[in-house]
Amino acid sequence: MTKKMIQFENINKSFGKLQVLKDISVSFEQGQSVAILGPNGSGKTTLIKTLLGMVVPDSGSIFFERQSIKNAFLYRNQIGYMPQIGHYPPNLKIRQLIDMMIDIRNSKENNIELDEELIDEFKLKTVESKPLGTLSGGTTQKVSAALAFLFNPKVLILDEPTAGLDPLSSEILKAKILKEKQNGKLILITSHIMSDLEELASHIMYLQDGKLQFFKELEFLKIEFCEERLNKIIALIMQKKTKIYT
Amino acid sequence: MVKVIKYVVYDIIRNRFVIGYTLLLLVMSLSFFGFESDPNKGLLSMLNIILMVVPLVSIIFSTIHFYNSYEFLELLSAQPMSRKTIFFSQYLGVCISLSLAFLFGVGLPTYIFEGSERGFTLISSGLLLTLIFVSIAFFASVFTRDKAKGIGIALGLWFYLCLLYDGLVLSALLTLSDYPMEKASLVFTAFNPTDLARILVLMKLDVSALMGITGAVFQNFFSSKIGISVAFFLLILWIIIPIAWAFKLFNKKDL
Repeated sequence: MTKKMIQFENINKSFGKLQVLKDISVSFEQGQSVAILGPNGSGKTTLIKTLLGMVVPDSGSIFFERQSIKNAFLYRNQIGYMPQIGHYPPNLKIRQLIDMMIDIRNSKENNIELDEELIDEFKLKTVESKPLGTLSGGTTQKVSAALAFLFNPKVLILDEPTAGLDPLSSEILKAKILKEKQNGKLILITSHIMSDLEELASHIMYLQDGKLQFFKELEFLKIEFCEERLNKIIALIMQKKTKIYT
Repeated sequence: MVKVIKYVVYDIIRNRFVIGYTLLLLVMSLSFFGFESDPNKGLLSMLNIILMVVPLVSIIFSTIHFYNSYEFLELLSAQPMSRKTIFFSQYLGVCISLSLAFLFGVGLPTYIFEGSERGFTLISSGLLLTLIFVSIAFFASVFTRDKAKGIGIALGLWFYLCLLYDGLVLSALLTLSDYPMEKASLVFTAFNPTDLARILVLMKLDVSALMGITGAVFQNFFSSKIGISVAFFLLILWIIIPIAWAFKLFNKKDL
């Protein structure tokens, strides 16, 4: 029934002397909604970037639908990525950026149905002639989110999706994520807002100092810790870890 | 790939810097050809400008452009697109824009005032220099993530190739002046694209008599079909090697 979408095998990565990912092995299946958690600098974004091929791991391999992603790029057709901080060419207008992405992703020939729901709901059409360099952080986030969902990808990678969004937009985005989750997509989210993750995540993956501490179902964690609220659970885990270190 | 090149060229051509560069070249060529009654002299003055300005502008503009398009590179790298496409569409985009600027600023006036073989040698060596220094700039840019360092490396390379190298060769020739150095100086030029371009044009201008025995050796070599082909081949190597090396580094780079 479930299908293995993404598999990490013994991933190691260092930036200079600092080892950011230590022997990470984990696999994600279709329909899961995974929250990647961990303190700042624990390697969450780096892990995401290795999956996108933006960071090349020192050793280990990553498989997307059982195909190694090394030197491959077509698999990224199936991925929608919303970066933590969107960097876009500052002279380009919103409309031009969206048109360009559509042009690059070739959706007319590939016949991908465009999903413009977020563009409409965030009312991006009213600001479409603004250059990207002049946008506020929140509007940039909206553009990033709209682009991630635009091509109806099988996998959504959202790096701190709700950071910087106003409460209304944040709710719109969360509703959209839930909807896509119900459509059977694999969703990877990093966030520090536990209440958001509580609503969205089915699985929790916890990283600390570049090491995978655990990857478990949220329901299972709740039973294990006899605690309903995710932020309590995470606080307990973090305390436990620090106790070991001190 | 063509699509991405289109966006890169579109972005650069609107840039005021490139428009200014085109106008600067245009004004210079028009004044050189306009004031000199002898087009030969005009070409010679143009040559000096081309050997300094074209490499400098090409290398600095390309380096700055590369760092400024980092966001664009990041954006593209999350899309279904190979690193090769991303990298070479940037490279070709810059090459096309700067070549267009050069053709408008220098090519057109040269063609009008001196549409001879000499004129064409000047235009083609200028174009090749543009491509070579864009290659070298990309090589400098992939080396480091730090913009200031990257521009520093680029400027250093320009300084070395356009100014320092000649001085070093000259001092080497002077210290070893007791030996026949004509052949050696021929080899020295191969290691510097600006020298190659300079000699290619000078040989067409019949001023080699001013350069003594070395000039005679050069005249012999670079006037023959083989000599010219070798020179062009070396110039093309100067384009390919830096950009191929740069791509090798970029392919493994973390964005």
